[in-house]
Amino acid sequence: MPYKLKKEKEPPKLAKGTAKPSSSSKDGGGESTDEAQSQPQPQPQPQPQPQPPSSNKRPSNSTPPPTQLSKIKYSGGPQIVKKERRQSSSRFNLSKNRELQKLPALKDSPTQEREELFIQKLRQCCVLFDFVSDPLSDLKFKEVKRAGLNEMVEYITHSRDVVTEAIYPEAVTMFSVNLFRTLPPSSNPTGAEFDPEEDEPTLEAAWPHLQLVYEFFLRFLESPDFQPNIAKKYIDQKFVLALLDLFDSEDPRERDFLKTILHRIYGKFLGLRAYIRRQINHIFYRFIYETEHHNGIAELLEILGSIINGFALPLKEEHKMFLIRVLLPLHKVKSLSVYHPQLAYCVVQFLEKESSLTEPVIVGLLKFWPKTHSPKEVMFLNELEEILDVIEPSEFSKVMEPLFRQLAKCVSSPHFQVAERALYYWNNEYIMSLISDNAARVLPIMFPALYRNSKSHWNKTIHGLIYNALKLFMEMNQKLFDDCTQQYKAEKQKGRFRMKEREEMWQKIEELARLNPQYPMFRAPPPLPPVYSMETETPTAEDIQLLKRTVETEAVQMLKDIKKEKVLLRRKSELPQDVYTIKALEAHKRAEEFLTASQEAL
Amino acid sequence: MAGAAGPGTGPGAARGDGDDSLYPIAVLIDELRNEDVQLRLNSIKKLSTIALALGVERTRTELLPFLTDTIYDEDEVLLALAEQLGNFTGLVGGPDFAHCLLPPLESLATVEETVVRDKAVESLRQISQEHTPVALEAHFVPLVKRLASGDWFTSRTSACGLFSVCYPRASNAVKAEIRQHFRSLCSDDTPMVRRAAASKLGEFAKVLELDSVKSEIVPLFTNLASDEQDSVRLLAVEACVSIAQLLSQDDLEALVMPTLRQAAEDKSWRVRYMVADKFSELQKAVGPKITLNDLIPAFQNLLKDCEAEVRAAAAHKVKELCENLPTEGRETIIMNQILPFIKELVSDTNQHVKSALASVIMGLSTILGKENTIEHLLPLFLAQLKDECPEVRLNIISNLDCVNEVIGIRQLSQSLLPAIVELAEDAKWRVRLAIIEYMPLLAGQLGVEFFDEKLNSLCMAWLVDHVYAIREAATSNLMKLVQKFGTEWAQNTIVPKVLVMANDPNYLHRMTTLFCINALSEACGQEITTKQMLPIVLKMAGDQVANVRFNVAKSLQKIGPILDTDALQEEVKPVLQKLGQDEDMDVKYFAQEAISAVAQRLTKLDFPVKDNEEPSAPGADKNHFLRPRGPGEDTGKFVPLMSRHTESERLGWFPRRQ
Repeated sequence: MPYKLKKEKEPPKLAKGTAKPSSSSKDGGGESTDEAQSQPQPQPQPQPQPQPPSSNKRPSNSTPPPTQLSKIKYSGGPQIVKKERRQSSSRFNLSKNRELQKLPALKDSPTQEREELFIQKLRQCCVLFDFVSDPLSDLKFKEVKRAGLNEMVEYITHSRDVVTEAIYPEAVTMFSVNLFRTLPPSSNPTGAEFDPEEDEPTLEAAWPHLQLVYEFFLRFLESPDFQPNIAKKYIDQKFVLALLDLFDSEDPRERDFLKTILHRIYGKFLGLRAYIRRQINHIFYRFIYETEHHNGIAELLEILGSIINGFALPLKEEHKMFLIRVLLPLHKVKSLSVYHPQLAYCVVQFLEKESSLTEPVIVGLLKFWPKTHSPKEVMFLNELEEILDVIEPSEFSKVMEPLFRQLAKCVSSPHFQVAERALYYWNNEYIMSLISDNAARVLPIMFPALYRNSKSHWNKTIHGLIYNALKLFMEMNQKLFDDCTQQYKAEKQKGRFRMKEREEMWQKIEELARLNPQYPMFRAPPPLPPVYSMETETPTAEDIQLLKRTVETEAVQMLKDIKKEKVLLRRKSELPQDVYTIKALEAHKRAEEFLTASQEAL
Repeated sequence: MAGAAGPGTGPGAARGDGDDSLYPIAVLIDELRNEDVQLRLNSIKKLSTIALALGVERTRTELLPFLTDTIYDEDEVLLALAEQLGNFTGLVGGPDFAHCLLPPLESLATVEETVVRDKAVESLRQISQEHTPVALEAHFVPLVKRLASGDWFTSRTSACGLFSVCYPRASNAVKAEIRQHFRSLCSDDTPMVRRAAASKLGEFAKVLELDSVKSEIVPLFTNLASDEQDSVRLLAVEACVSIAQLLSQDDLEALVMPTLRQAAEDKSWRVRYMVADKFSELQKAVGPKITLNDLIPAFQNLLKDCEAEVRAAAAHKVKELCENLPTEGRETIIMNQILPFIKELVSDTNQHVKSALASVIMGLSTILGKENTIEHLLPLFLAQLKDECPEVRLNIISNLDCVNEVIGIRQLSQSLLPAIVELAEDAKWRVRLAIIEYMPLLAGQLGVEFFDEKLNSLCMAWLVDHVYAIREAATSNLMKLVQKFGTEWAQNTIVPKVLVMANDPNYLHRMTTLFCINALSEACGQEITTKQMLPIVLKMAGDQVANVRFNVAKSLQKIGPILDTDALQEEVKPVLQKLGQDEDMDVKYFAQEAISAVAQRLTKLDFPVKDNEEPSAPGADKNHFLRPRGPGEDTGKFVPLMSRHTESERLGWFPRRQ
């Protein structure tokens, strides 16, 4: 019995145990009494947990995977052309008087005048300029504003005690005036025609100013002097709602700032937390059930990933509902590829916190399992493996039957990437140990699919992988394997018989129906063509010995390290790409590479 | 009938309606447990059969409870179920029992998937009509109330669609309750529900008493129109159309117009877009007086909106707006208040705006009459004909008939020709395709002389285009031209040129000859077909390329009905028989097809041979020795002219071997 892994079950559990408190969390208790349950916790332990060598169950990362800035992989070379600048901006409410006077530098002015000067500068920055229809307008004044913003970023970062009470309303107003706007119509097709893998983003034309405004606001929030208690008068629900609206911006740089800012606000304003979560839910519902189009889903999920990471235990009902009613249906949407890593992270976080959610999650995934979209199916298989990596054996036995029925279908998929991805599960030791523990129930489900495709699948690589899987099964339980082979043949015969039986039954019902005088009014739909299985080969009378010998020879050892990460996003056509967009995105520096969960409480 | 003796062994007949009483439901339960979704779906689609087999009573007492309690399935199955139940009234015993269908539909109306919910609501609306007034109040209205106060937004959203169907038939007390529920949904916390309510507001207003409209609907409308979410506000604009129709001018002015004015200047372009998009409906709903005072200024603003989307939507409405103005004073209004803005749009920076305008601007000429058209509109047409964007030019050309009626096309022909030639040679095949489609129209309006002189050569050049779709369109264009100009013209100008291509070194061009013959033979008639075309076709039977040979067989089948029997017997048949012995499988196949078609005709059965199946068959990829026709130059997207969606359809004809 090669599968001794069972014995090693304890260490992973321990590993998980230690992993948890680190990311776990304290509840701010701001919004309601029941959130006040958890106690403040000093400092999170260093995040990356050393994985115990014997661990099979892999704890997931402590930070959500960051959203890619540039979704499209630029292939470089000659197709990169400069197109008409893909920029837009909805800035029609230009300020009337745009003539700005350059003010003296803050650091050169006397300390007692600094606050007043700071406010003056903030007010000056409320003047908006045109970057689209006439980019060359007001160059001088644009520069005044730019320099002013730059100076304030420096000032707020490096000076202490400058965030005084008078500054809050001014800073928030400046931010709101500059940023809260109706986003311009997209230059890309909307609705179902939008293709996240193909369409380039339209960049925000006013970015030279907006970037600094974002930068300033972020520093403002992060300033050690910043006091949420004063700020909450200005950073209120309305503010947050407007901020969330901006997440639909097409400019990835803008969304990146928004993400960090919202993450900070969530961290600092306990009273807004429930509201923020609710509004994010509304965005998701709309995205799932109404528009299928929103640019910021990945960023929002990234924030949620860090929020979930910090949920206190036991999980509140509201959070569980969120998993089932929001996160799972998000798997349905066509553009899943854009935000799948973040989504999978959120799901796995939930399961690590509460394993009893595994069953509803897997049932949900199986319900939304893609029928025709193979790349999406591969993503589902990726996620499922991540889930299986953290599954409790007791949960596994609850879901394994429907689960392996789906896997049997995947293994039989005519799309070789789907079949291949499913067969990679046989390289996962933890999964194999789970199967081994439940062989009597799993094998009979998997065997027919493996056996059939060992001969009939068109792709040679798949044959090798299938023989490998069969070999593992054989080693797992020789007797069971033989039984399955026998049973397969018997079933095969019975299948035909059953099909005939079913037809006859329907025939009888039809006859009964005919006796009803209403029959002519309800002409049943014309009989649908019977569903035939795709199989072309009839089972050969091959005996078990032969199968076994083949398995031995064909189960190639090629497998161990093929698990390379495939890039799921791919360009379908060689369209010219805009060099300006590429450069702009490459030049963007993240405020923070990962969103940590450390400060997050409920 | 009854003797469907299929399963002869059938014990069914004996036990049919007697002992094993649960039988049909047992089958259904069993089928619904099957792994295969398709099977489950098929079973659900046969639900009416099961109900028939059970009879009304057992359908009510056994089948429906089963469906209500146990259905948890994939959305696809649920959708089919929701649809079926809408037509089930007869199967449960008629209107008196229609309420039995409510429980399963109620739970379907609360599921997450929108399509299922919508279908359930649709079925519920259908069934509501079958309820008696008493049953409606006893069963249907409580259901609506339950949905309206459901915990989850999905049920509240579904409820929104049910108010208007039960309101008219309810008693006064119940009516008040229904209104109350609707009111609370309009201020629901979830935007989804507010959107659903906003989208049903107009429909609901229509069934209300006028007093309630004024006292209740208008405040709701005002609130929704100033919602924090623009997606809600824009739906209020739609409701505005229905509400406006119900009110008197004075009420309208006092109750609705302030909100509408505000919507036209909303800070979100989506709302302004909606106003522009619904402009004609709004105009009709508010009547001429308010139109002049309010809508025209609003329209002017929309035409110069800062977002191109809004301008384009408004530009689309220019013609309708003008048409619907009161005839008296119309010309002055258009000339003074609309035309100046249109002139601006002709040189708009956005091509969608220009092309939206180009698609309607020609329609103004009938409204403004000859003189104004020549003086004011013609310069605009000419400017648009020279526009850099092909879609703009195409839109002008495609609407030439409007101008033709008013001033005659000659005024334009000097500018028209360069525009056509340029489009005909455009690098994008879809542009070329679009202009080909207008050729017959242009030919008709420009006359045969002008055509022969200027356009004929273009039409022939398209036959050798390197994109198949263009060659295909070019052949059917020739057919339409022949229908217009007659056979004599065909014989002199087209047929010789087409037949020359039979000797072209490129097999694709040789095949084009065959496709042209397929298209032209009917229009040209027996004589030309027999004397000029047939010999060429027969000669091509010896072509070295198999694609050409099997297309010869197809062509012979196609033109067979036009030929006389002598020609068939003596010329066609031997050639087909020879092709029937061809070494190539496909050639043999099509030759056999043709032989049997010809034989049918020869035995005087005289049906016209049926061959609608695509004369366009490209069949051009006999891959064993010919390079398959690649996607060529024009892959990738060409957003301006057509959506990507159309593109995939367009590409439908790609290499598929017959």
